[in-house]
Amino acid sequence: MIDKLLAEDLYYHMVLGRQFEYAAKEHYMQGEISGFLHLDIGQEALSVAAMKAFEKGDVFSTYREHIMAMARGVSPKAVMAELFGRQTGVSEGKGGSMHLFDPSHFFYGGDAIVGGHIPNAVGCAYARKYQGNQSGVMVVFGDGATNGGAFFESLNIAAAQKLPLLFLCENNRYAIGTKITRVAPFEKQANKAEPYMPTMEVDGMDAIAVYEAVQKAQHYLEEGHGPLFLEAFTCRYEGHSVADANSYRSPQEMALCKQQDPIEKLKMHMLNVLGISSAQLETLEKRAQAEVDAAVNFAAQSPQPPLEARFDHLFAEGGNDAV
Amino acid sequence: MLYREALNKALDETMALDDNVVVLGEDVGLYGGSYRVTEGLVAKYGETRLIDTPIAELSIVGNAVGMAIGGLRPVAEIMTANFALLAFDQIINHMAKLHYMSAGKITLPMVVRFPQGVSKQLAAQHSESYEQMLAAVPGLIVLAASDVNYAYHALKYAILRDDPVIFIEHELLYNKKGEIDFAAKLDPLKARVVKAGKDVTIVSYLKMVDDVMKAVPLIEEKLKVSCEVIDLCSLNPVDYETLAASLEKTGRLVMVEEDHRTGGYGAQIVSWAAEQMFYALDAPPLRIAGEDIPIPYNRQLELASIPTPESIAGEIITWGEKHGI
Repeated sequence: MIDKLLAEDLYYHMVLGRQFEYAAKEHYMQGEISGFLHLDIGQEALSVAAMKAFEKGDVFSTYREHIMAMARGVSPKAVMAELFGRQTGVSEGKGGSMHLFDPSHFFYGGDAIVGGHIPNAVGCAYARKYQGNQSGVMVVFGDGATNGGAFFESLNIAAAQKLPLLFLCENNRYAIGTKITRVAPFEKQANKAEPYMPTMEVDGMDAIAVYEAVQKAQHYLEEGHGPLFLEAFTCRYEGHSVADANSYRSPQEMALCKQQDPIEKLKMHMLNVLGISSAQLETLEKRAQAEVDAAVNFAAQSPQPPLEARFDHLFAEGGNDAV
Repeated sequence: MLYREALNKALDETMALDDNVVVLGEDVGLYGGSYRVTEGLVAKYGETRLIDTPIAELSIVGNAVGMAIGGLRPVAEIMTANFALLAFDQIINHMAKLHYMSAGKITLPMVVRFPQGVSKQLAAQHSESYEQMLAAVPGLIVLAASDVNYAYHALKYAILRDDPVIFIEHELLYNKKGEIDFAAKLDPLKARVVKAGKDVTIVSYLKMVDDVMKAVPLIEEKLKVSCEVIDLCSLNPVDYETLAASLEKTGRLVMVEEDHRTGGYGAQIVSWAAEQMFYALDAPPLRIAGEDIPIPYNRQLELASIPTPESIAGEIITWGEKHGI
């Protein structure tokens, strides 16, 4: 069950995530953030609750990962500074928005090749099984990635090897601007995984449902049954990236989408079921906003990486003592 | 000892040394490897460390990347260079970049091994060479093993180093004989002077080193010169220091490679020499490379599409006579 403390944690990170994304968009428009910026507004329930529920395991994710990284424990300052390309960024300005990595929080990106990170998650799950660690690995990907070869190869290997791997499909029904049913024969992408492993589905706009589903999935991995596929249906409010005007979705569709707002939904649950006061919620909201403001200030005041730093981190060196 | 046995020994010793070393690929386990490189290892280390994979190269390399992230030291075997093309996304976008993009937070101690080049009538989808593409990718170390001693030392180095290494073998070298110098302190990133000489520097790597050595007596006899033969060994990084020292001495450069001429690997070496060693050169460099055609099946056409000892000797003699060497 979700207690007050956990609900507050989820709410805080969802609000933080949304405010962070709005701030990122604003600073993108002002030219301080460049490149591709994929906003996660509308999908905060999945990004936060899945990370919180899968606390013990390893996570591989996509290029729409700011909120996930923060929910995982990466500081908003280090994420915003990375978006600004600064030396203090989590990837020291070498990765940008799409490439946030923090192995100290078992968070491995931040991958911008659609589906390309799924085989990496399979390999990591193999390593965990080999090491006798059954907490498992979670790989997050969109509906678009389920049409590629990397996804199908991964289903096959994970199932054949009985690896502790949770395939978490964030189905927002659009692969950039193409509706998934125009390029795939199913509404539910879990149909593709069904021959290989058990599948589950969840309302990805409901933080509590996502939390419970992912927690249940992790228990399943821990018991050593092999991989599992969880499909979460979501709706992103923005275009694919800030550069995408979102012209392929009608105002009616967007209105329906926003009726299921995940932050409002959790808020109602906290007020009406958990008995948390609106004043307490407001305190959390203010704390989140202050954190975002501090992150922006930190990023704006952080130094650019020195030019010589471009040659750093090409190789790790070392490791040759035994030769 | 055979070249494939030297590779086997390197794998065996590193697997004995470190439980994190695992080998994955098609037929590497129970079957013993398509070229018998992993023969006998599954009996010693079991199926969890000799992992038979499906025929899915993208996943072989992609899984190896994830294993390395997870703390293992994977050695991925791809059956032949042409099949590695299915894994190029993983090699270039993931294996080569995650360390840099994460500002060093992720390290990838891993090796991808494969043979390449013309064997005998395997046709265009089993005979190509792709070192030129992979050596052009920052973040990868690219080694090419031309003999038994280097194969052993360099593969051990590649496995124990904390960086991604592409380890290139040649289809026709697996049964090459040689000895391992166990006492040698070999630096796998240094070029090797295979034969010292004073008039012409012939640079090569992989199987072409043997073909050059076969051509050298004829060249030396006809041109009345002494040839210095250099095996590059490491294709990225390149040991330019050894090349420069040789060119300062000989003033003449011949580059011999099996891959296609256009965009071929040797173009980088000749370009470097033109830019950096111009005043040391007494003659225009000569590049001997494969033709710009897919490798044909027919034996005569096949041999005519790549350098052979005879063609190497012929081209160098013609070039030497033209330039008064």
